Amino acid sequence: MTKVTMTVNGKAVSKEVSGNTLMTEFLRDELHLTGTHVGCDTSQCGACVIHVDGKSVKACTMFAAEAEGASVATIEGMANADGSLSVIQQAFQDHHGLQCGFCTPGMVMTAAALLKENPKPSEHEVRDYLEGNICRCTGYHNIVKAILAASGQDVSGIAAE
Amino acid sequence: MYSFEIESPTSVADAVAALGKEEAQALGGGQTLIPSLKARLAAPSVLVSLKNIDEIKGVSVDGGTITIGGGTTHATVAAEVGGAYPALADLAVNIGDPAVRNRGTIGGSLANNDPSACYPAAALASGATIVTNTREIAADDYFEGMFTTALEEGEIVTAVRFPVPEAAAYIKFEQPASRFALVGVFVAKYADGVRVAVTGASEDGVFRWSEAETALTSKFSADALDGLSLSGDGMISDLHGSGDYRAHLIAVLTKRAVKAAA
Repeated sequence: MTKVTMTVNGKAVSKEVSGNTLMTEFLRDELHLTGTHVGCDTSQCGACVIHVDGKSVKACTMFAAEAEGASVATIEGMANADGSLSVIQQAFQDHHGLQCGFCTPGMVMTAAALLKENPKPSEHEVRDYLEGNICRCTGYHNIVKAILAASGQDVSGIAAE
Repeated sequence: MYSFEIESPTSVADAVAALGKEEAQALGGGQTLIPSLKARLAAPSVLVSLKNIDEIKGVSVDGGTITIGGGTTHATVAAEVGGAYPALADLAVNIGDPAVRNRGTIGGSLANNDPSACYPAAALASGATIVTNTREIAADDYFEGMFTTALEEGEIVTAVRFPVPEAAAYIKFEQPASRFALVGVFVAKYADGVRVAVTGASEDGVFRWSEAETALTSKFSADALDGLSLSGDGMISDLHGSGDYRAHLIAVLTKRAVKAAA
């Protein structure tokens, strides 16, 4: 066992972990932050995307020990301080960017990483950036629309599908 | 996963010492190794994470040579080598997806030598030099077949040096589910000749297509490749494509790469 200390959603945490404890297990089982979902557990689906030191990573393909000293952000930290939805989360609701919701935490975290790097992405850039996030419900159309809307771009001309 | 300890040294010297322990294994970005550990394909007693070793990270350009630290992520390569070597940045930005590119490293990719990985094609086509904690290895001597390299036990890829070509392009035909290269071709034109490296296709891993290199060195144009073909014998044959199909793709993609580079 190794002691790891990190900041998760602005809060300092310190726990004993095994070498083979995945970041997904640490967040879900140790911190009870179950918003980070485990879909495929093979780094394909992106339901487990979190931010580590500001960069999007797949929490299922990283060990908790590797996050020693890091600043970690998960979906639980995405809402505004008053509990209202963040711009990206609100856009997903407004534009029906989710159906079953399983992929949504990863989609929102990936979208947040994209908009930080590229505040006004094109539709092509949004689709390209979502390459590692799989949704089985929506056909992606409304997810892309929600992200474009969250970036402040006019999506009224994009037909609903 | 089997159980193991993780160590996170901050210098190459400490990492080499840690790798001297029995059943120790280096951990780069883990984007291939962690799935392998989950599948119990490896059973190390100690994983030595290279993530905190700053001396093996970063990109530097010196005249006609780019040096990339072994611990540099694909995202950093994509962001930082575009000006000096656009084809290499283009390769890096198309590996996996953004989250994978934020973890995976060039040293990890070259040490693993997956037969469908992109970086081996860039290193071989560029005549790169793989620098380790003990020596320098020419790319032509480094790749020794699928998942096999010249690296010794405990040897770490600390840097890769790429001579910048006059023109280059990498074209891959993606396997649509995994996004790995079903076939990828890297063409690089230097003053002393053209080099063509192929990934994803051969059962022996990345290789140079010497007939195409000879033809393109005489004339750097896609039509110089007319009539050239490879046999499907010895090519990977699986549910995604037969060996003959992969051989056909090599010829098609090499022409596309030459057009993109010219």
